[in-house]
Amino acid sequence: MDLNLILNTMGPLITNGIIDPGWNNYIALLLGMAFGFVLESAGFSSSRKLAGVFYGYDFVVLKVFFTAAVVSVIGIYLMGHLGWLDISKLYIQPAYVQSTIVGGVIMGIGFLMGGFCPGTSFTGVAIGKIDAMVFSVGMFIGVLIFGELYPLFENLYNAGNLGYITITEYFGIQPGIFILGLTVVALVAFYVTAIIQQKVKKVDY
Amino acid sequence: MSTQDRSKQYMNPYLAGVLLGLVLLLTFYITGRGLGASGAVKSSVVAAVDAVSHSHATGSKYYSQFISDDNHPLNSWLVFEVLGVFAGAFLSGALAGRLKLKVEHSPKISSRTRLIFAGLGGLFFGLGSQFARGCTSGAALSGMAVLSLGGFLAMIFIFGTGYVVAYFFRKLWI
Repeated sequence: MDLNLILNTMGPLITNGIIDPGWNNYIALLLGMAFGFVLESAGFSSSRKLAGVFYGYDFVVLKVFFTAAVVSVIGIYLMGHLGWLDISKLYIQPAYVQSTIVGGVIMGIGFLMGGFCPGTSFTGVAIGKIDAMVFSVGMFIGVLIFGELYPLFENLYNAGNLGYITITEYFGIQPGIFILGLTVVALVAFYVTAIIQQKVKKVDY
Repeated sequence: MSTQDRSKQYMNPYLAGVLLGLVLLLTFYITGRGLGASGAVKSSVVAAVDAVSHSHATGSKYYSQFISDDNHPLNSWLVFEVLGVFAGAFLSGALAGRLKLKVEHSPKISSRTRLIFAGLGGLFFGLGSQFARGCTSGAALSGMAVLSLGGFLAMIFIFGTGYVVAYFFRKLWI
């Protein structure tokens, strides 16, 4: 392929200066709309539907989440392979192992108490779910508590930073093989959960 | 078809997953970053604290990281993205006949119990998302899309913990 063509059109478009950063907020609004529309359409505005994944009566969370992860990761690596996207410029969040584990555990408990995660609670708020509104207020308080008590958490928050590392770098696996494995795991999970859902007592909501 | 029936009709989950994956892919292709949600809450909290007491906000080692003289904390990509999430979800709910002010809860618990636990759940999620530097969207889903180690850790520990504690919260849901 012609080098100039690649350099001129390769994503990420804003990072590479192909789209002016002045469009950033408009693009954010549009992508957010698509995000919110899909989440709500899939039923993520209902806490009882979301909680189903933990009790086996509705696996919509697993189906949507896992499908989205597989589609996006295949898309990203395929576009990278074709030279349409510079993967080295994508933001990979730094892996602060201890802090992420503690945060994940706290969020897991929050999920079972509240039935939402932040993004899904916003879709609930948008269609009038009062429980989602209360959940959102709770989130503000939770972030505020973290901010106010930060000196207590600071050491844990900054401990064990492995840097901007991918799981395939960490384990020394080829990304292609890992993505294939992830896809297989997703398909098996879809199959197994379909069987589980048939056996679990229906919950009316 | 009655409104009741129509309001229960959700998109096929696999189709929704493919569409969500494509939105996420497009987000990475355009911006180099993924989607998020809790980041907007953080920005709002920083902005609120800064408005109440600028010296307190700039004196805090946490808030001060997100405050600069030439940019308001609310002028961030994630804040606009979340405003879009509200608009998009409202549109979807309106088209499907799901706009209704209500508390959704299991018939086995009262609205009051539901709201107390919703508030507590939100509090936990707010706190946990700061430790993990993101939530289910920003850390787990977007992280997995770029194969980030942190993303997989967040996903495994959010959902893993969920299954571990599900038994204790079963009365809220089943």
